[in-house]
Amino acid sequence: MSSEAHTSAGYIKHHLQNLTYGQLPDGSWGIAHSAEEAKAMGFWALNLDTFIMSLLLGAVIMFLFRSVAKNITAGVPSGLQNFCEWSIEFIDSSVRGSFSAKNDMVAPLALTIFFWVFSMNLMDLLPIDYVPLLMSALGVPFFKIVPSTDPNATFGMAIGVFLLVLYYSVKMKGLGGFVGELTLQPFGKWGMPVNLLLEGVNLIAKPISLALRLFGNMYAGEMIFILIALMGGAWAGASLGGVTLYGSQILLSLGWAIFHILIVTLQAFIFMTLTVVYMDMAHQEHH
Amino acid sequence: MNINATLLAQTIMFALFVWFCMKFVWPPIVAALEQRKKQIADGLADAERAKHDLELAAKRSAEILREAKEKAGEIVTHGEKRASEIIEEAKVQAKLEGDRLITGAKAEIDQEVFRAREQLRTQVSAIALAGAGKILGREIDAKAHNDLLDKLVAEI
Repeated sequence: MSSEAHTSAGYIKHHLQNLTYGQLPDGSWGIAHSAEEAKAMGFWALNLDTFIMSLLLGAVIMFLFRSVAKNITAGVPSGLQNFCEWSIEFIDSSVRGSFSAKNDMVAPLALTIFFWVFSMNLMDLLPIDYVPLLMSALGVPFFKIVPSTDPNATFGMAIGVFLLVLYYSVKMKGLGGFVGELTLQPFGKWGMPVNLLLEGVNLIAKPISLALRLFGNMYAGEMIFILIALMGGAWAGASLGGVTLYGSQILLSLGWAIFHILIVTLQAFIFMTLTVVYMDMAHQEHH
Repeated sequence: MNINATLLAQTIMFALFVWFCMKFVWPPIVAALEQRKKQIADGLADAERAKHDLELAAKRSAEILREAKEKAGEIVTHGEKRASEIIEEAKVQAKLEGDRLITGAKAEIDQEVFRAREQLRTQVSAIALAGAGKILGREIDAKAHNDLLDKLVAEI
């Protein structure tokens, strides 16, 4: 652990710092050892922790589903197959509820988003110090295990969704139709600049809100875990206040973690539902 | 917390996962679900049909039973009728046979009577002849007087 981890601010900063791989100030490529170094790397750097964790989680999820899909039977289902079938039916009914056009891609998209985001969010429930401590013991300076607290991950997904929305908008309505949708309403063709401004904001707001909602919620949740952990860390000696703080850290962590289960699931569900809704809007003609 | 190339990596990863899910995960599971749905629907339809068939079979068996009973009753009545007929016939036959026997017996009796009479007649003639011989005190030549005797016999 770096020396700055010993103060409260340092502790927080340490927990919020990604493990970044990029070009160091001296020109060589490597892992940044401080926030300043990471910042100085500019755009062409990779947050290894986010990348590894999300890849790992996504791969595990896909492997689970794939292993079920490979040996699936139409007879009496058992174990994991029950769970997968339940998930598929749950996703399918949500998609049917808000997506009216026909597109075989939307339901798998929703499934992927839900379980991927859910698993990434779920990492938030692991004790916040264990993995970073383990990693620093291995000589890795930072490790953020919750990929969805990294805006790169949430924006990455939101951009993917946004590209799909653009693609299907153009495919379904034609380029003219899509441009018309952006420019000819709500004020008719004489209000074109205003229309473009309004509709453009409307369009851009979709991925931004999608990404920021997830990021904000998970980041805030992580922040509260950090603050609760700080509270327990603030005890000095075996004073009454110290013991009280330590005890309340346990209770508060427990309470917040239980509450967080709801947020973890809800945010994954919201991300999925909004994606489906945006896809539905992309498929629909404006009337 | 900087925006960097992780963004692109995440977008690509996302696309790959979605593609994988769309290609290898979703279709087989949904197909299995559909198949099971169909199996269950078929099963229910079969059960319904079997129930219907059972009802029909029960109805038919009751009908067959009823018919069989009717027929059995008919056969019994018929048999009874036939039996009384046979008895009647036998009675008539027996009567006829009896009558025939009686007639036969009567004829035989008549014949016997006739024969006895004939015998008696001859014997009477012989007796008469013997009597007459005795009366005459001499032997009558039976041969010479046969004609006469026959006439006598016929008169008796």
